[in-house]
Amino acid sequence: MTEQQDDDPFAALRADDGDAAEPVPSRKAARRAQAEAEPAGDADLRRPRRKKRSIGSRVVGVFGELLITAGVLVLLFLGWQFSLNGIMLNNQQASDANDLAAGWATSAPSATPVPSVTPTDPAALAPSWPYGEPPVMGAVENTESFAVMYVPRFGADFKKTIAEGVDPRAVLNNGGAGHYSNSQMPGEVGNFAIAAHRDGWGSPFLKINELQLGDKVYIETQDGWYTYTYRSSEYVTPFGVGVIDPVPQVPDATPVDRLITLTSCNPLYIASERIIAYGVLTDWTPRSVGAPAEIAAIVGA
Amino acid sequence: MYAALWRILPGPIWVRILIVVVLLAAVLFALATWVFPWIDDLTTPAQDVTVEQ
Repeated sequence: MTEQQDDDPFAALRADDGDAAEPVPSRKAARRAQAEAEPAGDADLRRPRRKKRSIGSRVVGVFGELLITAGVLVLLFLGWQFSLNGIMLNNQQASDANDLAAGWATSAPSATPVPSVTPTDPAALAPSWPYGEPPVMGAVENTESFAVMYVPRFGADFKKTIAEGVDPRAVLNNGGAGHYSNSQMPGEVGNFAIAAHRDGWGSPFLKINELQLGDKVYIETQDGWYTYTYRSSEYVTPFGVGVIDPVPQVPDATPVDRLITLTSCNPLYIASERIIAYGVLTDWTPRSVGAPAEIAAIVGA
Repeated sequence: MYAALWRILPGPIWVRILIVVVLLAAVLFALATWVFPWIDDLTTPAQDVTVEQ
């Protein structure tokens, strides 16, 4: 056999016809003639491709297509959940944070900063507040956004809204952070405790395990900017409520420091534990003075 | 199933391809806008990143 015969399924047919010394009108006719001449054996291979399928075969075929469709839908959902939805939520968060900051910038500050005077009480010497005692805002409605957080360690343009409450559907799934309602407010003596997702929904706290001693966590409210400095981390069980106490893990102690607590899930995608990051308020800047230098470029921009 | 759907589409092949592309885009849009957020809400763990209160 030559190579050409190998490639051409009709080569044998043509060779047969050639032996009969008759003109070949078309391949179709030749195939029909061949099929009639050889009803069994090789002829099976040369039948027209479309044949009547049985009901069972059709049912199985449709079922298979449905299964493939279901598989594609699951993959699409995962792609949406971990990529597209995160991108949309992050865009929404950036725009919401900017709207909040812009709104505060145009409205008059609720607390007028007073220049500091040298405190006479030795206990009040550390830390000293150059712009006076940090103001504490009043309680806010559930699910209302009342602050914007900036964490340069989480990303140069990281800004997320903080809303009241930690309900996953009403607050956390919006891609921002939620404030434990039974914890204190920003700048208050005690513990300002917030939670956010780490895997999915924009993954705001994805890098919570990468915080380093001295990293800043800026919280902007209507009054100005609270600068918390990261101090330590802790891993607890999902029932470790002690981490949001005014003095973490010491339920009945009287608070002195102004702390921040960030909670999220650990390990990534499993969430059998909670990862906790603590910081302490080291500075506060009233709105009239302007944003701290480290975040000045991204506030409201 | 999909073969049957393809067969009932009218017109020459490029019209059919155009119809399929438009239908697929509509389906994907509906999924991302309504279906996936709904499933997401249904499957959100009650408590994942917070400590029990």
